Amino acid sequence: MPLLTRAYVIMEFFVSNQKNVVNVEDVKKIARLSRLRVEDTELQSLADDLSGILGWIEQLNEVDVDKVEPMTSAVAMKSPMRKDIVSDGDKRDQILKNAPKKDDGFFVVPRSVE
Amino acid sequence: MFTAERVADAKDWIKGETGDWEVIIGLEVHAQVSSNSKLFSGSSTEYGSEPNSQVSLVDAGMPGMLPVVNEYCIEQAIKTGLGLNAKINLYSRFDRKNYFYVDLPQGYQISQFEHPIVGEGNIEILPIDSDGNTLDPVSVGIERLHLEQDAGKSVHDLSPDETYVDLNRCGVALMEIVSKPDMRSPEEASAYVDKLRGIVRALGTCDGDMEKGNLRADVNVSVRKPGGELGTRCEIKNVNSMRFIRQAINYEARRHIEILESGGSIDQETRLFDSLKGETRTMRSKEDAHDYRYFPDPDLLPLNIEQSYVDDLKAKLPELPDAIKSRFMDDYKLSEYDARILTADKIKSDFYEIVANGRDAKIAANWTMGDLFGALNKSGLDLNATPVSAKMLGELIDRISDNTISGKIAKSVFERMFNGEGNADEIIEAQGLKQVTDVGAISVIVDEVIANNKDQAQKAVANPKLLGFFVGQVMKATQGKANPQVVNKLLREKLGL
Repeated sequence: MPLLTRAYVIMEFFVSNQKNVVNVEDVKKIARLSRLRVEDTELQSLADDLSGILGWIEQLNEVDVDKVEPMTSAVAMKSPMRKDIVSDGDKRDQILKNAPKKDDGFFVVPRSVE
Repeated sequence: MFTAERVADAKDWIKGETGDWEVIIGLEVHAQVSSNSKLFSGSSTEYGSEPNSQVSLVDAGMPGMLPVVNEYCIEQAIKTGLGLNAKINLYSRFDRKNYFYVDLPQGYQISQFEHPIVGEGNIEILPIDSDGNTLDPVSVGIERLHLEQDAGKSVHDLSPDETYVDLNRCGVALMEIVSKPDMRSPEEASAYVDKLRGIVRALGTCDGDMEKGNLRADVNVSVRKPGGELGTRCEIKNVNSMRFIRQAINYEARRHIEILESGGSIDQETRLFDSLKGETRTMRSKEDAHDYRYFPDPDLLPLNIEQSYVDDLKAKLPELPDAIKSRFMDDYKLSEYDARILTADKIKSDFYEIVANGRDAKIAANWTMGDLFGALNKSGLDLNATPVSAKMLGELIDRISDNTISGKIAKSVFERMFNGEGNADEIIEAQGLKQVTDVGAISVIVDEVIANNKDQAQKAVANPKLLGFFVGQVMKATQGKANPQVVNKLLREKLGL
């Protein structure tokens, strides 16, 4: 997942959980959910940073949006649609090209079950 | 909110050491949408292809790739919603459900969280007990139906310490159909899935193939004292047959009762059903509980559907199983049981209608259900692979009604048809099975039989049951080809009965 998206997901987590102060445990949890490795020494400063960002977002709550429809898109347009025809696929070599390990057309990864 | 007003019939209560319990069941059914291409990409959905041969850069989660909605999948979801008597939401939206797993390259599943395409609905189910009797109908509420992407497939048995991943299924459209917790017995749960399967098959929105996993159920089970406070539920993931659904519920309900009666409490958790051992076990522990951090997918615009489009789809909706069943009972005067069996799916009802067309409906039903379904069952074949077509079966029935062959001979003709020896006329001709209806010819044989059994013939007046013996003798002498009505009539005359 691109880093920017991950950052969005992280902030979404705090906003939807209605937290405005982020502690070290929160950072550990969200890092784990996002599969990001965070060193113990970084935890406190990240918590402070995130709290700061949330405080900044808090200011937005001061705006009265009672009569404003939520904006779901930057452009007012209908969702473009595709016909149900097969127009893609059949590019296994490209798909597997960056895989660290592959075998017999499969991606091969460390075992995901016990 | 989670409420469950209906209290189960006392017959469905489970006896525990501290008294009776009732089981509360809700289901989430995942039905793979029948479509040529995936929900957000143009790669094929075909089953069983070479690994990773049906994967586009969108499906593989490559950076910068944009999903584009497959309009046919939207149509399929709406049709299914209409089949469930449900509200179609003209505004719906796609959200990202974030989690990491080896068969999910995007790092999130595109699903619908807050605004599903289909809202509340309702279907009526007919549970069937273990003896095959139909029980009273039960109304099951539908909570919602939403569209989402399927994940890829993980293969764990190709290497002892690695997982092999095939992304062909990744991005295929699924409909998740969530029921209200309205079921109170394993039989009701499987009847519900059976009903759903009949509806999606009739609509052509999902092939309903549970063996391939194209229709699978997550079963939510909790127990409570009859009518009492709701218990904590457990979710059993991906159960893929009707029988397993019933087994899993039975096991899980018992497990809950045992824990509660020994003073313990139920952990809300996700479990899996081991079909070999017939038991459920923990799949994910609580600390791993998922926090999906849903948010609107910024790559996709909301879906706005016109009411006229929905109306148009509704007008073109094919006849649903319930309607076909009541039509069969009204038009063909079939019993509820016969109508139920013959409308279990579209292939069966279509088949029966061809056989019954212009013929006696009850005889057509008996041959279709008793003889053909029986023979198919025995040889492990599906109706779509039947060696005896509806046309062939109909012609066989015609030969009985025009007295070419007797019902008994027809059974052997049927066997030969089933073994691929040709149609009814060819077999009757080749085997010389044509029924003898010539009174003169039969009369000669009847006389012979009476002459050969003089003693019995004398006793027959006093003991009319002996008629059966004489009929048997005549049939034997004619290799079963004599017309039974003529034989009976002649024998009665000649024996003075």
